[in-house]
Amino acid sequence: MRLRRSLQNSSDSDYSRYRFRLAVSMALVLLAFGTLLTRFVYLQVIQHDYYTTRAEDNRISLAPIAPNRGVIVDRNGVVMAHNYSAFTLEITPSKVPDLEATIEALGQIIDIQPKDRKRFRKLLDESKTFESLPIRTRLSDEEVARFAANRYRFPGVEVQARLFRQYPLGPIASHALGYIGRINTRDLETIAASDQESNYKGADHIGKTGIEQKYEFYLHGTTGYEQVEVDAGGRAVRSLSRTSPIQGNDLTLTLDTKLQDIAEKAFGDRRGALVAIDPATGGVLALVSMPTYDPNLFVDGIRTDDWDQLNNSPDKPMVNRALNGAYPPGSTFKPFLALAALETGKRTASQAIVDPGYFNFGGHQFRDDKKGGHGVVDMYRSIVQSCDTYYYMLANDMGIDSIARFMSQLGFGSRTGIDIEGESEGVLPSPEWKKRRFKRPEQQKWFAGDTVSIGIGQGYNAYTPVQLAMATAALANNGVMYRPHLVNFITDSRSGEKTYIEPQPMRTLALKQENIDTIKRAMVGVAREGTGARAFAGAPYESGGKTGTAQVFSLKGEKYEGGRVREHLRDHALYIAFAPADKPKIALAVLVENGGFGAQSAAPIARLVLDYYLLGKAPKGPASEDATPEEE
Amino acid sequence: MSDPLRLPAVFFRLRARLLEHIDLPLFFIVAALMLIGLATVHSATYDANSRVLSQLLNMLVGLALMWGVAQLPPQKLMRFAVPLYVIGVVLLVLVFLFGVRVNGAQRWLSLGFTRIQPSEILKIAVPLMVAWYLHKHEASLKARHFAGAALLMLVPFALIAKQPDLGTAILVGAAGFYVIFFAGLPWKVIGAIIAAASAAAPFLWSHLHDYQRKRILTLFDPSADPLGAGYHIIQSTIAIGSGGVVGKGWLAGTQTHLEFIPERHTDFIFAVFSEEWGLLGNTVLLVLYTLLVGRGILIAANASTLFSRAMAGSVTLSFFTYIFVNMGMVSGILPVVGVPLPFISYGGTAVVMLCLGLGILMSIQTHRMLVKK
Repeated sequence: MRLRRSLQNSSDSDYSRYRFRLAVSMALVLLAFGTLLTRFVYLQVIQHDYYTTRAEDNRISLAPIAPNRGVIVDRNGVVMAHNYSAFTLEITPSKVPDLEATIEALGQIIDIQPKDRKRFRKLLDESKTFESLPIRTRLSDEEVARFAANRYRFPGVEVQARLFRQYPLGPIASHALGYIGRINTRDLETIAASDQESNYKGADHIGKTGIEQKYEFYLHGTTGYEQVEVDAGGRAVRSLSRTSPIQGNDLTLTLDTKLQDIAEKAFGDRRGALVAIDPATGGVLALVSMPTYDPNLFVDGIRTDDWDQLNNSPDKPMVNRALNGAYPPGSTFKPFLALAALETGKRTASQAIVDPGYFNFGGHQFRDDKKGGHGVVDMYRSIVQSCDTYYYMLANDMGIDSIARFMSQLGFGSRTGIDIEGESEGVLPSPEWKKRRFKRPEQQKWFAGDTVSIGIGQGYNAYTPVQLAMATAALANNGVMYRPHLVNFITDSRSGEKTYIEPQPMRTLALKQENIDTIKRAMVGVAREGTGARAFAGAPYESGGKTGTAQVFSLKGEKYEGGRVREHLRDHALYIAFAPADKPKIALAVLVENGGFGAQSAAPIARLVLDYYLLGKAPKGPASEDATPEEE
Repeated sequence: MSDPLRLPAVFFRLRARLLEHIDLPLFFIVAALMLIGLATVHSATYDANSRVLSQLLNMLVGLALMWGVAQLPPQKLMRFAVPLYVIGVVLLVLVFLFGVRVNGAQRWLSLGFTRIQPSEILKIAVPLMVAWYLHKHEASLKARHFAGAALLMLVPFALIAKQPDLGTAILVGAAGFYVIFFAGLPWKVIGAIIAAASAAAPFLWSHLHDYQRKRILTLFDPSADPLGAGYHIIQSTIAIGSGGVVGKGWLAGTQTHLEFIPERHTDFIFAVFSEEWGLLGNTVLLVLYTLLVGRGILIAANASTLFSRAMAGSVTLSFFTYIFVNMGMVSGILPVVGVPLPFISYGGTAVVMLCLGLGILMSIQTHRMLVKK
């Protein structure tokens, strides 16, 4: 009934109004769908390329594959630095909500020592939070398994197989070898400046000192890449393409680690430096700085207490004395000054003086070590007996400019160019140097008296052991000089091709052979009958040498601490040597800090080194100090 | 055996009985959409475990329900209006009082063994009730009847909006409003409502929940919060845009299969479809939807009673609303609200409610002749 009535009531006008509303609705629907279609065209046609890129960026991630670092071996193939693979437990701090709690919970299943936490804190301060940082290194298989079973509890924590640098010889030759450490902000700047930025993606270690630093770009190798498809959770789904990394190049050193070891042991617990060079090539055979340190400590981030110990030790083990210690050469300077005198014509070999035991100059008495003097002294005796008066006079006769000019040719006072960063220049004194060095005009003036003490290697003279060794090598090699170098050749990891570092002489000094021979003869005399005779007694080979004793004094007037005062005030002991005398295969300079007389503590070390290198004779312990001090 | 022609006769009669109240054009359009839906649900879920079979089951249940509803003439459907509405509103009140709180919204009612979301019932109950009410007063439709209709609509609207579930509330409200609109609400009143709504917008804005405001703000600048509210929109527009003209191919969408698209088998399934089938697929889908809505409008135009007209119009425009809101949000031109894409998104409730609407449309279409006779 009701239905029929409503049918009748619905008039035509009502119906047409209704249909109009339907038409309006349909029009709105079409408009809305048109809007959607426009949006789709915009997204899928006009912006298609942009969104394709976004989708690819979403799904493809470039995972760098770190290359194997090159291996470093000594001249005999003894491995000094290599890599081994080990599992580390790593935390990505940015992915971990509560770092403390996470480390605490990890400690329940894996042994985490306070030292590990400390090191982690230190790494955390130095790096960015999105980097994966090791909390524990060298996990045992059992620990890896225990973590794997609990992995779901620790988002942002992962076990990674990492390659570690290892220095199997430990502290031996650490100052030459250096070490690698985690890349810090300053390293990043170095990398950026070298155009190697992309090659260091995914790398977290870099050479910090020594050869590891100097040859970083050879050792590092070329980083490989893997294109990985990742899902929204960042998990790798599959590999799309892979470019293998290229292993770093291997280095073969000129260093002889056995010789190095013997030299280091010869020092015992004394501080000092020794540089031994093959005069015919410039190859460094031993580069000792004592005390030394274990470079392995630095590889996965040094522990705070280890660092404090190394850094605060009064013996300063981190200082490379061979390159950065500048010491007065003492009497080891005399042969070079004698050579200068011969070359400049200021003296002949046979010209002799009568030594009263002192030299008066400008109202000041410069005393000889030997009371009463050495009597009649010619050039040979001046070297063999180390007569000071002879050299006071000689220096005064030559004048500072002439001395400085000659000595600079031998490399004194300038960097030798050895292949380790941060070498010191030393001080080759001259009036110009003094002007630069001091501020006040009364200090800037060069006094003739200054020149006199230069003559015996005192005064402002300060040279690094490597400079002294190089000058000795230049003399031994008759004036043909090679740049001292530790790396003999680089072996290309792919082609096996060898690139030699220093095949050509740096310069040949215009010296007269007879003058060189005169000096060499005198130096042989030192070892045979002079100040070095006791140390070299019974040696089956003939060597040239010169003792030296350098007075310890300080321009800055350092304070010395109570108990150490006496030792620190003792003189530095030096010895330079080359052998065999007729055709030298090795030239060296030894310095023992506060070692007293050179003949007493430095020469025995030289003897041990030469004995091993020339005879293959290994000593039983540190070099003995001669009981009785000997005058020089 | 004796009469080989009898079996086909039975078959033809059975088929005729089955299809008697089925609107074939509507059926084929929806069947095509459902096939697309199944293919897309498979692509969105097969990485873990495909939900195609369970969605197929949902669809069969829905189609059966649609068939059943279509058998009933509209005047019988009207009888469900009051009980359905009352049950719906009572359940909403119960939700308000004892509802289960999930993710900060109180939308669910626990029945012990399962949970139900009563607001879904209102999507059909409200237009049914409003249409029934206006139909009852058709002879003398006055302003107060429209006001009464509005009240019937606003009570559940308010209860749902309070949960809060603004998306569903708007859909329920819209369904009720469409009924009032097609029943002849004067244009002047419509104009006044629009004006009042615009004026009240700032006031409403201040009463929105933080997450609701964030969704709207995100629409204007998704990159402001790329890992939070903006993530859904950014990833779905990347999926659509990277699909290009012809798409990446079925099962080959990287955004989909590497799980960059969130809610990819439910509310954001359009991003999956669009990535794999491109602009071409989108156009086909839009054409199908236009045909669906067009067919609905045509059925409405042919309807003879106020109830039928208002219901047909409301159901059809509701379909349109779901489609537009969903595609608009996935493609980044509308705020994110929880609305599935009709016949494509995975989900039993949605499919069943949509099929109920289809049944109503078919009932209106196929019972019209009977009445006229």
